[in-house]
Amino acid sequence: MKIQIKNGHLIDPKNGIDAVMDVFIAAGKIVATGAIPNGFQVNRVIDAEGLVVCPGLVDLSARLREPGFEYKATLESEMDAAVAGGITSLACPPDTDPPLDEPGLVEMLKHRARSLNQARVYPIGALTQGLKGERLTEMAELRDAGCVAFGQTDAPFTNTLVMMQAMQYAATFGFSVWLRPQDVSLANKGVAHDGEVATRLGLPAIPVCAETIALSNITLLARETGAKIHLCRMSSAEGIAMVRAARQQGLSITCDVAINHLHLSEMDIGFFDSNCHLVPPLRGLSDRDALRAGLMDGTIDAVCSDHTPVDEDAKLLPFGEAEIGATGLELLLPLTLKWAQEMKIPLSTALAKITVEPARILGVDAGHLSAGIAADLCIFDPNQYWKVEATALKSQGKNTPFLGMELQGKVRYTLVDGNIVHENQT
Amino acid sequence: MNNNPQLNKNGELQHLLTTEGLPASILLNILDTAESFVGVTERDIKKVPLLRGKSIFNLFFEPSTRTRTTFEIAAKRLSADVVNLNIAASSQSKGETLLDTVDNLSAMHADMFIVRHSQSGAAHLIARHVRPEIHVINAGDGRHAHPTQALLDMFTIRHYKHDFHNLRVAIVGDILHSRVARSQIHALTTLGVPEVRVIAPKTLLPTKVERLGVHVYHDMAQGLKDVDVLLMLRLQNERMLGARLPSAEEYFKYYGLTQEKLALARHDAIVLHPGPMNRGIEIDSAVADGKQSVILPQVTFGIAVRMAVMSILAGN
Amino acid sequence: MHLPNAEQLLADLTGRIRPEISSNTALVGIHTGGVWLAERLHQNLELTLPLGTLDVSFYRDDFGQIGLHPQVKPSDIPFEVEGNHIILVDDVLYTGRTIRAAINELFDYGRPASIRLATLIDRGGREMPIAAQYVGATLTLPANKMLALERNNDGKLSLSLYDKSPLGQ
Repeated sequence: MKIQIKNGHLIDPKNGIDAVMDVFIAAGKIVATGAIPNGFQVNRVIDAEGLVVCPGLVDLSARLREPGFEYKATLESEMDAAVAGGITSLACPPDTDPPLDEPGLVEMLKHRARSLNQARVYPIGALTQGLKGERLTEMAELRDAGCVAFGQTDAPFTNTLVMMQAMQYAATFGFSVWLRPQDVSLANKGVAHDGEVATRLGLPAIPVCAETIALSNITLLARETGAKIHLCRMSSAEGIAMVRAARQQGLSITCDVAINHLHLSEMDIGFFDSNCHLVPPLRGLSDRDALRAGLMDGTIDAVCSDHTPVDEDAKLLPFGEAEIGATGLELLLPLTLKWAQEMKIPLSTALAKITVEPARILGVDAGHLSAGIAADLCIFDPNQYWKVEATALKSQGKNTPFLGMELQGKVRYTLVDGNIVHENQT
Repeated sequence: MNNNPQLNKNGELQHLLTTEGLPASILLNILDTAESFVGVTERDIKKVPLLRGKSIFNLFFEPSTRTRTTFEIAAKRLSADVVNLNIAASSQSKGETLLDTVDNLSAMHADMFIVRHSQSGAAHLIARHVRPEIHVINAGDGRHAHPTQALLDMFTIRHYKHDFHNLRVAIVGDILHSRVARSQIHALTTLGVPEVRVIAPKTLLPTKVERLGVHVYHDMAQGLKDVDVLLMLRLQNERMLGARLPSAEEYFKYYGLTQEKLALARHDAIVLHPGPMNRGIEIDSAVADGKQSVILPQVTFGIAVRMAVMSILAGN
Repeated sequence: MHLPNAEQLLADLTGRIRPEISSNTALVGIHTGGVWLAERLHQNLELTLPLGTLDVSFYRDDFGQIGLHPQVKPSDIPFEVEGNHIILVDDVLYTGRTIRAAINELFDYGRPASIRLATLIDRGGREMPIAAQYVGATLTLPANKMLALERNNDGKLSLSLYDKSPLGQ
């Protein structure tokens, strides 16, 4: 199959392309951009007039809920949601049931995902067995099975020695370690940011120092062990300042922010909106502003969906008892565009945060459209408005703080390996 | 900010979930109506036919015989039918969710739910969920709010001090975990009390509490100076288990209300407590039973205030 | 429309009640106009038992339609109802529903020897089997009009006619 994507506004941040230009695909790979190659016989033309053509999106955190939580979502539903959101590569965290701590589980997940022929799934392996923070997993074996990095997701380390040893062992093989900075004893049983809103609503609170103290431990141990660290889901202004300082001291450290934290603050909890029960907690307005600025100046490398489908019943509970998380795969693009528009950032710079930058963190060759690479693309209408509502979402998770909001930017086509895996004409 | 979930489209009280965000006129109307019910509760026949035929469900997900009883008496004096459900012990343990329980009771044609729950926001959740003809009264949710307690405190304060606009009020004790304190603070500031103080050690104060419009004190001698009204809070025994306080003895020494400390307030200051009291921990018996204590009148007024809230809601 | 002089009616009413009072006659005014009237009658008649007042909001039969009256006043019956002769006082007698509520409320204070009713204006339109024993004047008014007693700053009473608000009351 030879495809020509015609008249689209091609944006490929890595290659510095930002112009109306055609893309030519053959045998599942990008053949050329710009002028039609000699002798290229087109089988299918995609008219992208008025649309943006960009590399398929790369999401650093999407919970697919398999194995173990199929009642919340299935691989089928969530992979549909991913390509509907223009995502062609995604990392899935190890907090499945059982956790991704054995090669067999990882192989099964890879196999199941591959058979669906949709987005590419990159499992993050568990750093410790059962995510208990006690004994190391067989990281090298897990890597061979398909893991691209190792982490603990939201399961905290309670023992700093184990954290150091996990980093040392990962560093031995050059594996990157993904950690969400949160001190478990300071977080206590908190459910919201320790600020004005939690005080007013009487919600048990998580102070900013739960993030910064953990961050301080992580950066000191990163220096000590030489481990390559990726910090997941930054939430505070102070945390961003610490990352910036650590970078200036030459530490190899990357970090991401979730779409929710890029746009929302504690104020959005309103009167106990359980859709805003997230980890880390939504923090103050100044924290949110620091995250938005940090993403702009490059301190934060990438935006992720932090996709966590939750079944309806689990959210119909008092705020503190409601299950944590929000759906996000189909919101990653429009919410990144919204940030760019509000911050007056060029589209190309914004798209880099969800294509080439996360691909770099994952250590995979994706997120750009150089000739010869697998033809993973996202074609979207940057001007189309759509309303976030249950029926508009493919994901089985329908809960998000953005429910009811009108967002701009709708995916029209998603291609993986040159196959059209999602098509939405209007 | 979202619309106030407590008001109907005419701006009338649909649910009573918190004292926060309610206009002073609504709070004062509750207090004024309660004045009329005080008269009713002093008669031989302490009952009016106002809510005859209405079904009121006391939904207590957290046990509290005392609060439940005051609502029950208030409802009965309004001639309503009252059903008490102690849910902690029944359906929740069988896996039924909070809203399942509410749906089941709604199907039995409930007119009003009185809700007590250990989680902040539980009453809001129920109020959002029920049909529009059902009213919800929050009888205490987690650390968030306990509006009828705060209103009966306001009633008591007005009864003895007549006006809110020239008062200094101090709230003493475990502000951090107290739904009563939060509801008192919002009610006092809305009713025009010019100076509200909170007095507690730092481990018992929430972050940015001053943003609620209060002045923060850590020392009783300074905090009680020239105060007209002292609102004492109950200190849960479990606070001694963690690292918030070293011991009940040390707490009593520095923050317990004794005659000596009370003497630092104005000579005609009144002392309130939501009960049940921990004598010898937050309050000395000599004060609790002393002439400045209005703790028992609070209980009496509590019935009238709850009658007022129920009848205003049922009529809206 | 010409309305009668309230002060003149009050004088007439006083004259009519006076011969029938005894040491155990008590006046009970119904809020708000009835209380003004009862205060003046109480003064004129020099009764020994103190004046009682009733706010029938908790006994009204239209609570289900219109809810609780926004400015409920406390009822105050500062004498034994049991065994005394009570004269209920209201400014305007119309459907009779207010009087029904007032009688019910009185019985929650005790069992009176008798209850009679005094009113400044009887405007007809009864929906209950209720009659006043002492009436200042009888008027026929269209249903969309509301007759109200008013009291000016020096305590003088007068009658005014209003169009009923579309919300009722």
